[in-house]
Amino acid sequence: MSNKIYCSPHIHSAETTGKIMFYVIVSLIPAILGSIYFFGFYVLKVILVSIISCVLSELLFKILMKREIRIYDGSAVITGILFAFVLPPRIPLWIVAIGGFLAIFLVKELFGGLGFNIFNPALTARAILLASYPVEMTKFTKPFNYNIDAITSATPLFIIKEKINEQLPSLWQMFIGNRSGCIGETSVLLLLIGAIFLLYKRVITWHIPILYILTVAILSLFTKENLGYQIMGGGIVLGAFFMATDYVTSPITKKGKIIFGIGCGIITFLIRKVGGYPEGVCYSILFMNTLVPLINRYTLPKKFGGKR
Amino acid sequence: MFKGGVKLLDFKSLSKDEEIKDFKEPDKVVIPLSQHTGAPAKPVVKKGDYVVKGQVIGEINGFISSYIHSSISGKVVDILPWNLPTNRKSLSIVIENDGQKKGIEKNQRNWLNLESSEIINIVRESGIVGLGGAAFPTHVKLTIPEGKKAEFIIINGCECEPFLTCDYRVLKEYTDEVIEGIQIICKATNVKKVFIGIEHNKIDLIPILNNAIKNLKIYLEIEIKILPEKYPQGSEKHLIKSILNREVPSGGLPIDVGCIVFNVQTTLAIKRAVCDGMPLTERILTCTGLVEKPNNLKVKIGTLISEILKFCEGKINSGRKIVIGGPMMGIQIPNPDVPVIKGTTGILLLPEEDIPEKIQPCIRCGKCLEVCPMFLAPSEIGRYVEFERFDKCENLNVFDCIECGCCSYICPAKRPLVDFIKYAKFKFKKK
Repeated sequence: MSNKIYCSPHIHSAETTGKIMFYVIVSLIPAILGSIYFFGFYVLKVILVSIISCVLSELLFKILMKREIRIYDGSAVITGILFAFVLPPRIPLWIVAIGGFLAIFLVKELFGGLGFNIFNPALTARAILLASYPVEMTKFTKPFNYNIDAITSATPLFIIKEKINEQLPSLWQMFIGNRSGCIGETSVLLLLIGAIFLLYKRVITWHIPILYILTVAILSLFTKENLGYQIMGGGIVLGAFFMATDYVTSPITKKGKIIFGIGCGIITFLIRKVGGYPEGVCYSILFMNTLVPLINRYTLPKKFGGKR
Repeated sequence: MFKGGVKLLDFKSLSKDEEIKDFKEPDKVVIPLSQHTGAPAKPVVKKGDYVVKGQVIGEINGFISSYIHSSISGKVVDILPWNLPTNRKSLSIVIENDGQKKGIEKNQRNWLNLESSEIINIVRESGIVGLGGAAFPTHVKLTIPEGKKAEFIIINGCECEPFLTCDYRVLKEYTDEVIEGIQIICKATNVKKVFIGIEHNKIDLIPILNNAIKNLKIYLEIEIKILPEKYPQGSEKHLIKSILNREVPSGGLPIDVGCIVFNVQTTLAIKRAVCDGMPLTERILTCTGLVEKPNNLKVKIGTLISEILKFCEGKINSGRKIVIGGPMMGIQIPNPDVPVIKGTTGILLLPEEDIPEKIQPCIRCGKCLEVCPMFLAPSEIGRYVEFERFDKCENLNVFDCIECGCCSYICPAKRPLVDFIKYAKFKFKKK
């Protein structure tokens, strides 16, 4: 007979935090394999260094602060993969290590750890590195150039924005991921495979990613931008399905998720069209992250039997 | 159909086909004076008194209170505080069985000749309370407040909690008596329209019910509503929402939207009290789970749960726990030496779950908001409770929570959200 008394309910669903994290990791595997195929073995090193840096940083923090060690839940591994995904393929490994540390130690753990960080750790680390190492962070290479000092190449959005004289990849090439860009963002096809898996497993809902992409699409249509390049260039697919849907830094309510998705879309478009950068996914999600507590507060559902 | 809720495995096949058995009269019963919502009854017997089956041993103490009757004949051996299956304590009357099975004189009545007020009075004097679990005095429900009008009677046969099958068995085996009880309720409340709500997993009851409905003694419209299997379909408010698409206002009662809801067994108890003069001294419950012989049993109020577990061959090993009621809203008891009371719907022997000892952080997935049938934000309440900001909980409508357990059930971090909410309510009431 048990001597512990539990409060109801006495049955629970099979879903656990660890399982959800595992599903997310599985969903990222196609894109990981794709990135190695397109940019060579070096990106595997980048991904591994990023994961190790993230996990060790979390371990270090928990030991320093004498808190419960919970790296087994896999959230640091996800941050590691996602952080590597938003780096250029030939980024020096020491920068990756610094970034992983910043993502976990500064952005996640200092704010209270899992469930309490305000900003998406991977994107914040990227934003910090972009300001700190602007040259290394914007050196993109052509796919299938497996040398370490591969030929640099502008990203499709950069080509469009700056109207430079370089051949744009075809839309099909864009879809399968044969273009220059960050490690994990290029292959729309492989990202979508992972995204469909997450939707099927109900880890994420359609609200944020679909509305995000739809908003950018509609705004692009109105301003006569090339729809295909706007959606498949840059990191919208990666950002919409894997970054903006991060539980901790997105709204908990359905209405909130709708607002969040549309907001991300509008800001991404504004940065690309009016701002100085060719790409705005990272900053748009970070900006919307700041609004999440406010969105949550104003979109809490009306209670059952409450006044209409 | 109501929004929110969860789909559950129902485990009802364990005991669904077990006919209701009479559980033998125990040698001793422990009858608490507080088995219902409201004021505890006043004891009217002394140690050493001889009582018979059906005799009043506790007198009603206010409007929202109830009579308590002896369930066996024998000698009152003690009056002392005893643990309840709700983990509270109540003054209880211990009666030793003399085996004589003597009872009070039963009045056979023809309810067609009774006035509404007479019926309500019989219900009150028979100690009938809601037998679905909440044990709210039934005569209070039948007394329609000034300015309110009852349009519909709803009979709650959902039994949405997994494992429990006693209401299903009652509808199957005592169909005619339940239908007669419905007519008595309608006579007492002057309502002409009745819905019987059952979940889809009890669809085999439809022909049986339809057959019983054919021979009504008064003019009534009875409609059987088949509802999807979704927990908490049997919650009063959600049953009304599903059947009539009306929302009971926050803090209000079903009568505010013209409804009165009765559990199947309450209806049966009303019939037996009014027609046969039998006060409420027994109830039907399900004993199931990890027991060797799952059963639906007719049990005397005051029978110790340990005896029922023994009968059903439930071994209380390590790694098992005893839960009174359903698995979603039931209460775990540390010790089975507590009596069956009027609101005891089931006795479950369940495996202990692997819940992390330390409370895990909320990952803000929002699943609890999706499943909350009251449209609250359990995750937010939980966080405030964790940081002892009880003041914030009131704005989050913590008092509207029906403690159905959907949020805790779905939470991937296995956070004890119902626990948090109960604690917040407790802290508030103390203030």
